[in-house]
Amino acid sequence: MPYKKISIWRSIDWITILLYVIMIVAGWFSICGASYEYDNVGLFDPSGRPGSQLIWIGLSFVLIFIILMLDADFYSVFSYLIYGMIILLLIATVFLAPEIKGSRSWLVIGPLRLQPAEFAKFATALALAKCMSSYGFKLVSFKNFMLCMLIIFLPMVCILLQKETGSALVYLAFFLVLYREGMSGYVLLAGICAVTFFVLNMKFTGILVGATPMGELIVLVIIQLILTGLTFLVQHKNNTLPAKIIVVATAAVYLVAYLVLLLFSIPINFVHISLGIIAASCCFLIFLAIKNWVWHYLLIILFALLSVGFLFSVDYVFNEVLEPHQQVRIKVSLGLEDDPSGAGYNVNQSKIAIGSGGLLGKGFLNGTQTKLKYVPEQDTDFIFCTVGEEQGFIGSSLTLIVFAIFIIRLIILSEKQKTAFNRIYGYSVASIFFFHLVINIGMVIGLTPVIGIPLPFFSYGGSALWGFTILLFIFLRLDATRKER
Amino acid sequence: MPKEMQTNSKYALENRRYILSGAVILVVLIFIIRLFYLQVIENEYKMWADSNAFLKKTLYPSRGMIYDRNNKLLVFNQPAYDVMLIMREVKPFDTLDFCNTVNITKEQFIKRIADIKNKRLNPGYSSYVPQVFMNQLSAKDYGVLQEKLYKFPGFYIQNRTIREYEYPYAAHILGNIGEVNRRDIEQDNYYVQGDNSGRSGVERSYEKVLRGEKGVEILLRDAHGRIKGKYEEGRHDVAPVSGKSLTLSLDMDLQAYGELLLHNKIGCIVMTEPSTGEILCMVSTPTYDPNMLVGRQRGKNHAMLESDPLKPLFDRAIMAGYPPGSTFKPAMGLIFLQEDVITPETSYSCGHGYPPLGGKPACHSHFSPISLVPAIATSCNAFFCWGLRDMIDSRKRYPKVQEGFDIWRDHMLSMGYGRPLGIDLPSEKGGSIPTSKMYDKFYKGRWSSSTIISIAIGQGEVLATPLQICNLATTIANRGFFYTPHIVKEVHGGEMDPRFSVKHYPTIDKKNYEYIAEGMRNAVTGGTCRRAALPGIAVCGKTGTSENPHGKDHSIFMGFAPYENPQVAISVFVENAGFGATYAVPIAKLMLQKYLKGAIQESDKYLEDYIINTAILPRDAL
Repeated sequence: MPYKKISIWRSIDWITILLYVIMIVAGWFSICGASYEYDNVGLFDPSGRPGSQLIWIGLSFVLIFIILMLDADFYSVFSYLIYGMIILLLIATVFLAPEIKGSRSWLVIGPLRLQPAEFAKFATALALAKCMSSYGFKLVSFKNFMLCMLIIFLPMVCILLQKETGSALVYLAFFLVLYREGMSGYVLLAGICAVTFFVLNMKFTGILVGATPMGELIVLVIIQLILTGLTFLVQHKNNTLPAKIIVVATAAVYLVAYLVLLLFSIPINFVHISLGIIAASCCFLIFLAIKNWVWHYLLIILFALLSVGFLFSVDYVFNEVLEPHQQVRIKVSLGLEDDPSGAGYNVNQSKIAIGSGGLLGKGFLNGTQTKLKYVPEQDTDFIFCTVGEEQGFIGSSLTLIVFAIFIIRLIILSEKQKTAFNRIYGYSVASIFFFHLVINIGMVIGLTPVIGIPLPFFSYGGSALWGFTILLFIFLRLDATRKER
Repeated sequence: MPKEMQTNSKYALENRRYILSGAVILVVLIFIIRLFYLQVIENEYKMWADSNAFLKKTLYPSRGMIYDRNNKLLVFNQPAYDVMLIMREVKPFDTLDFCNTVNITKEQFIKRIADIKNKRLNPGYSSYVPQVFMNQLSAKDYGVLQEKLYKFPGFYIQNRTIREYEYPYAAHILGNIGEVNRRDIEQDNYYVQGDNSGRSGVERSYEKVLRGEKGVEILLRDAHGRIKGKYEEGRHDVAPVSGKSLTLSLDMDLQAYGELLLHNKIGCIVMTEPSTGEILCMVSTPTYDPNMLVGRQRGKNHAMLESDPLKPLFDRAIMAGYPPGSTFKPAMGLIFLQEDVITPETSYSCGHGYPPLGGKPACHSHFSPISLVPAIATSCNAFFCWGLRDMIDSRKRYPKVQEGFDIWRDHMLSMGYGRPLGIDLPSEKGGSIPTSKMYDKFYKGRWSSSTIISIAIGQGEVLATPLQICNLATTIANRGFFYTPHIVKEVHGGEMDPRFSVKHYPTIDKKNYEYIAEGMRNAVTGGTCRRAALPGIAVCGKTGTSENPHGKDHSIFMGFAPYENPQVAISVFVENAGFGATYAVPIAKLMLQKYLKGAIQESDKYLEDYIINTAILPRDAL
């Protein structure tokens, strides 16, 4: 290797490392706040959580050193091997792990407890990068596509078998990578829409305003918005007129319906109005498609029809096929059921913790919500509560901004990569961090369903910290080769 | 699909980084907006967090004590025990055993639990927070319960204090405390459900002085309701401030003696110290033992007293409006002198009554014509009727009868009649002095002294409280001024209301009082109240007999002693006891003797026995 003259310490991306250190330190202080007991051990005592997190952080630096010392090619060469071993470990975990809090995801080796699922992320990312960068790989080929799906879904299924739904869902983040590598945006849009429609419909189901069921109305309005937006994007010869016509017509119809409701107090079901508007828009688009020979319009119609169909079939299955106790279970597992002693309680207390922080926060170790254990899982999944309560709006938005810079930095670095393997791996890392950020913070501030996944670098736990550290630093090691060659 | 994929050039795919980066920025922006809403705009979360974490424990101050003018302790605090209940912590227990221990029935137990849980009756209910299950358990029941308490999880004992009264007297003056109601809580946010406040008497009028200031201890409570210590080492705790004690101007021995004399009679005795306006005793009978309205028996006893036809809860001394009868004549005389209607030498004729109206109102036999001083001494009715006639009927003096009457009324008001004097006790009434407008309405504007002649002798539309009558005696004793009568002499560690040290001068010249005082002295030496005479003390007095449409006349006495440098003013009122001389005068004599000499002379013992043993009550109450 004649190129390896440039020291790794000169070629590595120090900006990312700086962001990493900032987050690790902020995370440690948050754990101190979350696990501080009035009458208990000091912050540096290894039997307490801040103390043991300090040990995990220390060991992370050992890991980092090893990762950076290894040759960059090592990761590409051994990626399938690493992936295979991790899959075997995941399967073994299903059978070997004792049940802890309803899941079988922890391997207990002496005093050490490890969660293999946390290490499967980088392995999957490596395997996916290897697969997609192989010679002659085309995402559009059915065989290749199915191979990608296999790589993504194999660990996902194993983790589902361990009853760790949250960790399993993280693998959906790889679809962002597929999107970057050429998968149609419609697939992503369809997926995001399906999840959003499902959650929104469930969240507002059974809520009637006048004669209108809000769940359906909200989803239908979103469908109409997306339809209009797509029409706008797929305009023909820079002609925005069709989209404008739809916007004006939609607004007019809603306004008239609303006025009729106000003036004559006729109970109007706005779901019917919305369906009518969507139908009318589709007719208009068919007309445009035939007139201008732009078949994209037909895709939009397909999207609208499928969405509406999806909505009502979910409705039908949920309300007519499922038993009431199954309905409740789905809602509770999605964190939608307002159950004061269950998931609803957590979110409510976590909103109180964050909300009570105010603009400037209560100060380090001064949070009452978190210190008095009102927020369950406050040093793991709900760690952001401590940031919100003790550091206030300033601290928590700064944390979010650091995260955003970190992820965008990863995207920028990925795009700079000269090999497909490095780029795909880089995008995998960025996507996984992004997914964790969206779901974890969204859950804590009550925007997304309660899905228990950690906030990278903040949540307490060695496995998670090491998993994220390995994930990140393999990419930094790969990135460092840009300047070596 | 394949066709579309091929159109995606490498360049187009690279551009997808903007969409992905845009998505990151959008999500973080949404989160920051949401955080801004939660943390900066919405303020409720802070409150919720505080109510989660802080258990604010009230520290109750001890209530101020009450002493009499001779430093006898009258009212103090005794420990009592409330049975508290935290609903969440209750586990199944032997209900019957519990009920027997605290002396209640099973039905009462069930009802009490239901009442506690009823959000309408108990708005602050929470199953986490201690609720009062039973208050003021006796020391005996407390002892038994304390030993068994381990069997009843969720039940606790909270120490409280209750009031105790050393003497069974002066219930109206001392008053009592009771649990605050919804309206009290709305009017003063100092109180919360379950607090006590003064309900009557001094306990009520000096509530803010006596109660002190509650303290608070802020404890940290975790999600399981466990106390994790004091918030910031108790830096925000507030220690309770004990209530201030009061010294009353009341002489408890005198009060007790007055209550003894009026035993089995309906009436009042008010005695004041003219030089200060301090009330020495203020008896109103029938009365009750203030200890009846303490503790768990309070509700039952209060209902019983309330339904008593003799109205023992009614403080007649300041709340009853009686026709003052002849005790009104000194005030009339003062106005006549002041308005130059008469001179001390002016004499009017009296022929066993008031001649212009055919001998009505009637009078008893005495010489005629008669001047002011003997008219007071013999309580001549005709003299004061003549006087009123000369004052308001003469068009030379005032152009209209209304004008003359209004001047008369203003003088009366200045002497403390017609409106509450402002004593430091709640619910004082002001009696009644009619207005010219009232008569105009009543007689359609055509009236004269003859129409309203009964007011000249303190009858008719004129009403006064025994306190107001005593106040007239005080004013005459002082020869022209009075202090607002008050029952509290000193607030320990505090200041008295300055309005009690302001001299009030009625619109009568000082010199005019001498003639009235002389007449009152003569009434004792050789007039209507000879029985009030005491050896060695120049008692001055005026009897009264107040006509009462409902039964026998009320017997009244008003006076002061001694004639020079008076030390005490008194009014006595005995309902349905006939002439003033019959009961009110001997009672006043005994009271003055008790106060000025400290004991009853041997020759009056028979009188004392006679008064004590006489019952004058409505037939159905006997």
